[in-house]
Amino acid sequence: MAFLIRQTLIYAVPLMIVALAGVFAERSGIINLALEGMMIFGAFIGVVCMNVMMSLGWFDAVKASGNLWGAQWYLLLAMLVSALAGSIFSLLLAFAAINLKADQTIGGTALNMLAPAIVLFLVRITAKQNNLLLASGDSATWFMIKKSMWGFDKSYKLSVLGDAFLNKVYLTTYFCIFLFIVLSIILYKTKFGLRLRSCGENPQASASLGINVIRMRYAGVMISGALAGLGGCVFAVTTANCSANGDVAGFGFLALAVMIFGNWKPLPIALGALLFGLFKCIAASYATLDINGDGVFALANLGISSHLYRILPYLVTLIVLAFTSKASRAPKAEGIPYDPSRR
Amino acid sequence: MKKEYFFQKDGVKTILASLLSIVIGLLAGIIIILIVGLTNDSIVPSSIWDAIRLVVFGVFNKGRDAATGALMFGFNPTFFGNMLFRAMPLILTGLSVAVAYKTGLFNIGAPGQYLAGTCATLFIALSVPTSTIPAWLVWILAFLGGMIAGALWGCIPGLLKALLNINEVIACIMTNWLAASLVTWAFDISNLKNVLEGTKTGYIYKTSTIINDIMVDGVQTISGANIPEGATVLATRGGVVTPKLGLDSIFTGSQVNVGILIAILLAVLFYIIMEKTTLGYQLKACGSNRHAAKYAGIMDKRNIVLSMALAGSLAGAAGSLYALSGNTEFFWTTYQSLPAVGFTGIAVALLAVNNPIGVIFSAMFMSLLNINGQQLTNLTAYNEYITDVIIAVIVYLAAFMLIIKMWISKKKTRPKLASPVVANKSKEVRK
Repeated sequence: MAFLIRQTLIYAVPLMIVALAGVFAERSGIINLALEGMMIFGAFIGVVCMNVMMSLGWFDAVKASGNLWGAQWYLLLAMLVSALAGSIFSLLLAFAAINLKADQTIGGTALNMLAPAIVLFLVRITAKQNNLLLASGDSATWFMIKKSMWGFDKSYKLSVLGDAFLNKVYLTTYFCIFLFIVLSIILYKTKFGLRLRSCGENPQASASLGINVIRMRYAGVMISGALAGLGGCVFAVTTANCSANGDVAGFGFLALAVMIFGNWKPLPIALGALLFGLFKCIAASYATLDINGDGVFALANLGISSHLYRILPYLVTLIVLAFTSKASRAPKAEGIPYDPSRR
Repeated sequence: MKKEYFFQKDGVKTILASLLSIVIGLLAGIIIILIVGLTNDSIVPSSIWDAIRLVVFGVFNKGRDAATGALMFGFNPTFFGNMLFRAMPLILTGLSVAVAYKTGLFNIGAPGQYLAGTCATLFIALSVPTSTIPAWLVWILAFLGGMIAGALWGCIPGLLKALLNINEVIACIMTNWLAASLVTWAFDISNLKNVLEGTKTGYIYKTSTIINDIMVDGVQTISGANIPEGATVLATRGGVVTPKLGLDSIFTGSQVNVGILIAILLAVLFYIIMEKTTLGYQLKACGSNRHAAKYAGIMDKRNIVLSMALAGSLAGAAGSLYALSGNTEFFWTTYQSLPAVGFTGIAVALLAVNNPIGVIFSAMFMSLLNINGQQLTNLTAYNEYITDVIIAVIVYLAAFMLIIKMWISKKKTRPKLASPVVANKSKEVRK
């Protein structure tokens, strides 16, 4: 059970935060199809950042001090750098979509192609292979928070919830959930959030009230890029074992789907991400999943093909979309370049 | 009548804009090669110069001079043949994206439809006994089967869009991953996994492989072309290959076959359908303005499904022809990755501004880049991914093709951009 909760969160959190990235762009009126590309770029920069810190000897110092909590600060730093990189990368989309009034779907597709290409190009030249790894150790060695770090003895048995939320977890999970809540509040309860959302509904009306639509859309896309870059870094740490290979297993696109079936609203998005994370988790580890802790692998014993479990996340998404699409309401002005002369 | 100057013709401007984005893309690639080369100590200046020449003219490369190590350039029939061979699926996936785009749909589902086509084709080509049905007929069946499978797979997002108004981009992305998992599943339980060649784990038989179902001592098993002694042959399967019709003697050592001609033929056919028939007009009308088309008595829902089916059949044909070339192998545990050729189809269509004839040339250019990239990996410290960067830059530029065209014609009027898709379409309809 503890494993199921923990693992579901690990899949759900990047989806959640990247879907929110999509919300910020689309609510400001820009379709961000490039979430995948921004994640790939963020993941790459995150791993590069960790490797740079490693070569500076920071991680060795942590190991020497014997207190692994120190590494969490470096993880935080890597996440921030990834967010910054994602934000800068997203400027390409913002410039094309806002200043040049380009087709946003094509612009996003271009970034989705550009990110893996440039990442693989650089990784191959520097690492002489298609995968950039940490110079030493992996995410479990440096970043995983284990129960021993809280001062529990190795033999001490935590309760199910304690085991799920304190043992073998990552800081990224809690940081992202915190960020998700804060940003949702900003989007709905502040002046900035209201203005941003208005630009995605009727930008001409917003402009008539003195809102700078161009600036708001830039803000939307750049926040989006930052969150997607951060999500990429989270993916790299928790799922890809701190490696960058120009691929995030389609998480950016899945986040897009989560955003649409979350109806561009934070709370349904969080639920959708959890649902999807649960199915992803079952698909990845149904064979060793012990739900009620009695040592019986119930799902594996059902004798259903592993292929079916693999299909489920996508099938469920499509079915849920089919049922919710009638009620779904995209921001009205999304995808339409802002033209002040059209009222 | 006002005389129209050559450079003011819309078609000429479009071609110039595409050529300009190719030049800018190549320049971007060269600049990256320069920056990386100059900041990386392990790359010597001569290697930078080699890389720049290869990224532009790699297809003309004839290897290194044995004595001096300098690159030699000239006509290389193998590379030209392989360029044509690789252009074959790209023409078809590009056509697939272009046809859907004309109806206002963004077909990002080409990879899934490509896989569906590959899967159906391989099953038919390797299961139907060629001992009873002639191989050429099996070839046709396999090709049609691939197209139909692709069309059916393309119908799914089409139906979801038409009936339930689900965004086709999301539906396509989901069906892509569904196809990847389903194809893996289908091959996993099939008997088409290559067991005859021991080293080839994880691959399906080539369609050129001869498989004999034989009976040895009362036990049914299979063997390759060489039948063991004392065995009775029950049936022979496989050996289904696209004919080469002498193309291999022009382009010696390459993989090119008749498939490239079929692809070009289909492109011309679709040009005629889109430009000269009522069906094409209806499809484009739905792309320009779905509601206006409906008002004019065009069945918008039917046309959306039809457009996706046509697009799917083309992407399916791409997978089918690639599999039927006989010397390609399919890695069947594909559930974690999607075929890149499907995504490159988007770039092909965009560079061609969704013109079916233009698709032929832009696919050739993309496959040329692919060959150049391969040379880069083999002969320099750089690698083939730089060509993907170039393609991405070209797609990025395609996003504001209108602005580039405006800049070429030096008109100061701004194009009206009601909605991006509509803006692109309305121009096409006016012609």
